[in-house]
Amino acid sequence: MSRTSIMPGFRPTISFTLLYLSLVVLIPLSTLVFKSFQLSWEDYLNIITNKRVLSSFRVSFITALVAAGIASFFGFIVAWVLVRYAFIGKRFFHALIDFPFALPTAVAGIVLATIFQPSGFLGKFLMQTFGIQVAFKPLGIVMALIFISIPFIVRTVEPVLLEFESSMEEAGASLGATRWQVFTKIIFPNVFPALLTGFALAFARGVGEYGSVIFIAGNIPYISEIVPLLIVTKLEQFDIEGATAIALTMLVISFLLLLLINVLQYWVRKRSGQL
Amino acid sequence: MSILLADISKNFGSFSALNHINLEIPEGELVALLGPSGCGKTTLLRIIAGLERADQGRVLLSGVDKTHQEVSARGIGFVFQHYALFRHMSVFENVAFGLRVKPRSTRPSNEAISKKVHALLELVQLDWLHDRYPDQLSGGQRQRIALARALAVEPSVLLLDEPFGALDASVRKDLRQWLRNLHHELNVTSIFVTHDQEEAMEVASQVVVLNHGRIEQQGSPSAIYDHPANAFVSRFIGQTNIFDLGEHDSDWLQAAGLLTPQKDGKIAHVRPHDIIIEKSRAEDNAPAMVKDWQHLGALIRLELVKNGSNSSAAHVFAEMPNDQFKELQLNRGDKVDLKIRQAHWFH
Repeated sequence: MSRTSIMPGFRPTISFTLLYLSLVVLIPLSTLVFKSFQLSWEDYLNIITNKRVLSSFRVSFITALVAAGIASFFGFIVAWVLVRYAFIGKRFFHALIDFPFALPTAVAGIVLATIFQPSGFLGKFLMQTFGIQVAFKPLGIVMALIFISIPFIVRTVEPVLLEFESSMEEAGASLGATRWQVFTKIIFPNVFPALLTGFALAFARGVGEYGSVIFIAGNIPYISEIVPLLIVTKLEQFDIEGATAIALTMLVISFLLLLLINVLQYWVRKRSGQL
Repeated sequence: MSILLADISKNFGSFSALNHINLEIPEGELVALLGPSGCGKTTLLRIIAGLERADQGRVLLSGVDKTHQEVSARGIGFVFQHYALFRHMSVFENVAFGLRVKPRSTRPSNEAISKKVHALLELVQLDWLHDRYPDQLSGGQRQRIALARALAVEPSVLLLDEPFGALDASVRKDLRQWLRNLHHELNVTSIFVTHDQEEAMEVASQVVVLNHGRIEQQGSPSAIYDHPANAFVSRFIGQTNIFDLGEHDSDWLQAAGLLTPQKDGKIAHVRPHDIIIEKSRAEDNAPAMVKDWQHLGALIRLELVKNGSNSSAAHVFAEMPNDQFKELQLNRGDKVDLKIRQAHWFH
């Protein structure tokens, strides 16, 4: 391949890529694997089937999936509005979207915890009018994760919406399709692969998110304790094997879920002739 | 379905794209909207389709006022310049789209849809591509699929925006012929937009020449070619020599007795084939000299200059059949006599 290609630089760039992947990704990850291999199989099973550990897995993955789902919905709408309409303050909104990227996540966490705690301004309102408690519940975690992951959705969907040919919509309309049919049958299927990518990014970010979650979650075992927190807790108790066992399990599950999303994405693209 | 446009105007900001257009198109015609880019022809087509709203004026299809009707309710077929095929659907689904989005009460059964789509794909001779995706097709194939898709809903009017614009020359030639035959077969009132006068003359039964948002002339290709209504049409359709007898570079034609100014103007438009050339016997008194020629296939285009002149603006272009040119045995620098068979005079 390198010999027949007219693009120069195959060798140096592939070398650099491999070096980078090894130093930054593969070596640290393999250390994690080797470290947990110091445990026996029974010890490993004991650690991860611990009730508290299992429920934290449940909390982490469910909140991340729900948050990524909700963020996909709202993020799509935000991207739609930013691409399709002209309005005053559009540039400001554009800048605002990236804010969660730049903000230290702990700051976001503290702010969210402050307004959503039972005595906080939004928390009080929700408690009194709807009887909903956000802080110190999985709902609070979802809230924080939506905040963190919306920009992933907006920034992946936006370019696809931007380059979407409006003549395809016009063609749909000229063939008698209603606006809703044009959206569901023409626009959405074309944007869906990008939305899936955004979903995967948001989910991956959400599973590993720590800073913005721990303040609003309250970290009540069995209710709102997330896996990353459990890992930190174990490390603080110098239970390094326990921490790596949980981390490895999380790594494997995340990897499988991302693989699943990739397969789904491949299937969608193939089915829609984009491959 | 007949089309009637009454006093259509459209502005984009301060730019006037269409200026009081009145146009009537009888049923079953194949009409070309012809004009240079920016003349408003695509805007006019989009207004007929309902993809664009006119600022003023009315659109009547079969005598029914459709000015305020949505594009989806007008029952038109529109073929886009860049095809606008649905990338995420197979060729079959693209063509079936118009049938599938019909309300349940009027939607054909799946079998009926399948039968119809295959029939349409056979009509455009591409049934063998039915499970491909648009990205896997060539330009000419995409164009024909786009046409089949538009025809699926049995439109009463077919509108085509620069249908051959993005195709290479040989494909374009084939498709022109094919579109004419198809129109003959279906007999649905069709309008296509083009900036290529050759294409308009070859395909259309009626040509509407537009310029700066106004209709310059409407008529059959031969009427427009033989009797241009004004200088713009004469210049835009076919090749033409323009001699302004008030100008220094052209007044020699008058002096040589070849052209006499008419009362309606001083500018003569002469088709190259209306200039007859003979080898001159009176060498020095001959009016013109052969400078060069080009082969255009069956025709030869000769470039003549005023005898003894070096001015490059004093050119005359003449055309003659190839065999006649061979008979004359002309060489570069030969002195020739001219005769002008007919001229159109404009201000």
